[in-house]
Amino acid sequence: MSALLAADLAPFPVPSIEYSAISPLIAIFGAAVLGVLVEALLPRTARRPVQLVLTFGALAVAFGLVIWQRDTRATVLEGAVTIDGPTLFLQGTIIALAFVAALVMAERRVDVAGDDFAPRASALPGSDYERDLTRLGWLQTEVWPLLLFSIGGMVLFPASGDLLTMFIALEVLSLPLYLLTGMARRRRLLSQEASLKYFVLGAFSSALFLYGVALLYGFAGTVSLSGIAEALTDDAQQYGLVLGGTALVAIGLLFKIGASPFHQWTPDVYQGAPTSVTGFMAACTKVAAFGALLKVLFVALGGVRWDWAPMLWVIAVLTMVVGSIVAITQTDMKRMLAYSAVAQAGFVLVGVVAASPDGMAGTLVYLVAYGFASVGAFAVVTLVRDATGEATHLSQWAGLGKRSPLVAGVFALFLLAFAGIPLTSGFIGKFAVFTAGVASGAVALVVIAVVASAIAAFFYIRVILLMFFHDPAPDGPAVVVPSSMTTIAIAVTVAVTIVVGVIPQPLLALISDAGVFVR
Amino acid sequence: MTSLATVAAQGADLVAPAAPDGVFSLVWLLIALPLAGAAILLVVGRRADRWGHLLGTLMPVASFIIALVMFAQLLGRPDEQRSVVQHLYDWMVVGTFRIPIAFQLDQLSMTFVLLITGVGSLIHIYSIGYMRGDPGRVRFFGELNLFVAAMLLLVLADNYLLLYFGWEGVGLASYLLIGFWFAKPVAAVAGNKAFVMNRVGDMGMSIAVMLLFVTFGAVGFGDVFAAVPQADETTLTWIGLALLFGACAKSAQFPLQAWLLDAMEGPTPVSALIHAATMVTAGVYLVARSNPIFDAAPAAATAVVVVGAITLLMGAIIGCAKDDIKKSLAGSTMSQIGYMVLAAGLGPVGYAFALFHLLTHGFFKATLFLGAGSVMHGMRDEVDMRRYGALRTVMMLTFVGFGAAYLAILGIPPFSGFFSKDKIIEAAFSQGIVIGLVTLVGAGITAFYMTRMIIMTFFGKARWDDDQHPHESPPVMTVPILVLALASTVGGIALAWNSSIESWLAPVVGFSEPHLAIPNWGLSLITLVVVLVGAFLGWAQYGRAPVPVTAPRGAWPTRAARADLYGDALNESLFMRPGQWLTRVLVFVENRLVDGLVNGTAATIGGISGRTRRWQTGFVRSYALSMLGGVVLVGATFLLVRL
Repeated sequence: MSALLAADLAPFPVPSIEYSAISPLIAIFGAAVLGVLVEALLPRTARRPVQLVLTFGALAVAFGLVIWQRDTRATVLEGAVTIDGPTLFLQGTIIALAFVAALVMAERRVDVAGDDFAPRASALPGSDYERDLTRLGWLQTEVWPLLLFSIGGMVLFPASGDLLTMFIALEVLSLPLYLLTGMARRRRLLSQEASLKYFVLGAFSSALFLYGVALLYGFAGTVSLSGIAEALTDDAQQYGLVLGGTALVAIGLLFKIGASPFHQWTPDVYQGAPTSVTGFMAACTKVAAFGALLKVLFVALGGVRWDWAPMLWVIAVLTMVVGSIVAITQTDMKRMLAYSAVAQAGFVLVGVVAASPDGMAGTLVYLVAYGFASVGAFAVVTLVRDATGEATHLSQWAGLGKRSPLVAGVFALFLLAFAGIPLTSGFIGKFAVFTAGVASGAVALVVIAVVASAIAAFFYIRVILLMFFHDPAPDGPAVVVPSSMTTIAIAVTVAVTIVVGVIPQPLLALISDAGVFVR
Repeated sequence: MTSLATVAAQGADLVAPAAPDGVFSLVWLLIALPLAGAAILLVVGRRADRWGHLLGTLMPVASFIIALVMFAQLLGRPDEQRSVVQHLYDWMVVGTFRIPIAFQLDQLSMTFVLLITGVGSLIHIYSIGYMRGDPGRVRFFGELNLFVAAMLLLVLADNYLLLYFGWEGVGLASYLLIGFWFAKPVAAVAGNKAFVMNRVGDMGMSIAVMLLFVTFGAVGFGDVFAAVPQADETTLTWIGLALLFGACAKSAQFPLQAWLLDAMEGPTPVSALIHAATMVTAGVYLVARSNPIFDAAPAAATAVVVVGAITLLMGAIIGCAKDDIKKSLAGSTMSQIGYMVLAAGLGPVGYAFALFHLLTHGFFKATLFLGAGSVMHGMRDEVDMRRYGALRTVMMLTFVGFGAAYLAILGIPPFSGFFSKDKIIEAAFSQGIVIGLVTLVGAGITAFYMTRMIIMTFFGKARWDDDQHPHESPPVMTVPILVLALASTVGGIALAWNSSIESWLAPVVGFSEPHLAIPNWGLSLITLVVVLVGAFLGWAQYGRAPVPVTAPRGAWPTRAARADLYGDALNESLFMRPGQWLTRVLVFVENRLVDGLVNGTAATIGGISGRTRRWQTGFVRSYALSMLGGVVLVGATFLLVRL
């Protein structure tokens, strides 16, 4: 009997696990799990310091591990994860950005009531219970494990070797974000509505992504990225499945990127979420999603590039035009930055449309430049406050340059970087993607992009004008002096913005050393 | 003349640049000094009230002295060693593509450096007096220094990308300076307008840089010009047109000229700096520097000539109708820059003369603006010429300086304008009778509006109010005016002597002698007659009868010219209105249309009509519908590509 069984069953292959290659993931997810235990086991007052040590420790260790693994080029976990140069670069960028964004999230001095999050997410907005908790100074420390899970998903996202892993990474990074969005201390109804919207639309896009995965599986008989690429080379049949699958997978990712017409959640969510979370989302989600998009398009679907490039061309134009024009009419700082993020996503797409190694390098440069400026800009937004919380109406920023020249100057620097003014990091990014676009023959797209960036420059400059050339309102907001957490975060982002602008060579060399994705 | 003959009738030869030894290792310092001045003054701010203006003046003066030493050294070298490149560090290296931070000092950039730092220094000195008592004087000097530094970076860059940085820097500095009195709404609007129009031009520049990069795989002047002969003419034409578009915005040429007239809202020394030594000359520099590209792309060069010709006449006509002395001078600048652009478009016959006129114009236009500033200073900032009159007695020194510059811009021998403008008219006639006539008529109109200006300001009856007490300005202002007036008087003959300006510039921009059907002196005589007729008409209209204090309504050409020949109206209908319309439509689609669609559908299906209270702009369902629309769009593009 037992002999029969042994004969019938093929020997179960023991999956080999290359722990070193996935060590950054292990560090982050491990700390996240520990964080959950901390919530369950430690007394309330001890949780915050322990969570902070865990979070920053895990991120620092993970960053070190990425550097340690810098020469790894491998397909591990039976093909579920591929580690290569661009992937490691993206992982490092995400972790570094997350570290800086988490510093802003840990800030506890700018809001008199505590940090950026509701004292307890389950308390009804405006209820006596909530008021009591606020008075007692309760803090919702679950945000830290949530943050770590989300970062873990982001770090896994561009490393995925097959579409199912990618889908899981997508969900792991998204679900905590939906929660974090809904946990703002101030204007909680707005925050919760944003959270719900983000969740419903995110679920919709996930469904589209999953359907796309199913279609590609139907075509190739595998979900592995390299397997799909192989199937494309030797089989000219059933292109309907490939095209449908490509379109739907791309849409799922374009949603996360915030490309038009899948961008409409961005203004609502960026406005509703706690500002420190917005900064984290704006930077890290975008980097992770672009990384995944590059990976799918370049590794799995390179064979049908002449089909997806025109589609992305259209999306890029739409994204740039809608983002930069609609931003002009915004009156809320966070919404304006949200539309600005949409426009920036369009500029990055120019590099993806180029579909060349130069285009990919340009995309990575742009993501670094945009990511740091974005975290910095949202960090500055957290500092400008009046009695009701952050003062986000544009009119409240009038004359800020006269009250706090330093803070306004820093914000102006980020805006100039967004506008792509030379000697800021933004110029390097724009130059890199636009030249790659022209070199690949997409001259018309680049001309549109240049026009759109001129329009975008208009609303960035307008804010600078407002801050420096208008008289401050008598009852205007004040700039709060933050603790060293936010100060360090802003200093780092300023430094990156300037250094990458003036001495871009080390970053460019790093990216060119990273090479291309492995199959 | 021997050196002229060797390069006659051909483009410039490309010579390998010399190493930056001796004083030339300080090329970077030319830019760094004013830049440091700007940084210090803008950071320290009001705390530097006592010494800020002195530091701010010292910086460009120091740069000017270094530049003079370099100039003397270059003069002592043979032609082929007069180009020096100082390489600081590699800014970007991608594969074989290299963008260094490097400066090129050759005959062309040396000329500009001397003009910028020389005239710039005098304007700084003058500003000490002009801005006395202004609470923002330190900021003013900081921004002036920034302007000078950006302009020097523009002309010293050894590649198009670095030039572009200077280009943007000049735009930024001019924006700050034009809007210097930002509390005045007109000044803030004028600053905005200058910035927006310059950004429009910058788009042309950035497209040109990218096309250069893609076509030649390099953006360095040396690499690009060496590869031009192998490039395709169509590409070169597009590059040339994109460069021209950028030049049009900076140099206030048609169709991007409108900002210059409003830019008069800045303090007068700024106007002098923008008009005489910096900013507007950048376009001429760009065309002259890119001469191998324009020589190889005749269509683009023709476009340059046409733009120059249109602007030349437009500026002159606008200058005739303005009662505001600064706006009239602004029209004059447009017109004179038009001369230079036209000459630069003519190719090797014109480059040297374009730059020659740029220098003499730098002298006399700075004199005119500083003179106008001096008049305003004594008249409590009154700018309406109809309220001036008879000022020659109370402002003797200003009048002498202004008068010399007047004779120079008219082109009366032996004043400087005669030599440079005459040469441009010669070159224009040698290339075509129509272009020649345009330059000739332009000279006549110039004489008319300048005569009008000088009569209305300095002659006739005093028309100012009783409580005005006009007075001469302090020496710190009049001395710079007189120095510049001296340059306007003798600068032309000094540079034209023995064709020294042509032979100096020929190795960079090339040179060929214009050939005319009639002798050169004949054309000079005709030009002089036309100028005198223009001046006589000006006297006949404004000198014989008293000038009314309120402007008469005037015939339609006068009214059109007063309205800047409808330049603003054109911009509004061509760019602004469609832009606003597009914005409205997009915002409407974002906020309403999709909702409306959903609501309509919902109403028919389920009869849900009550719109619930809206927290924000939209419903999740409408967003989801838009995403679905996106899915259809993506699907459609795939199908279209496949078909």
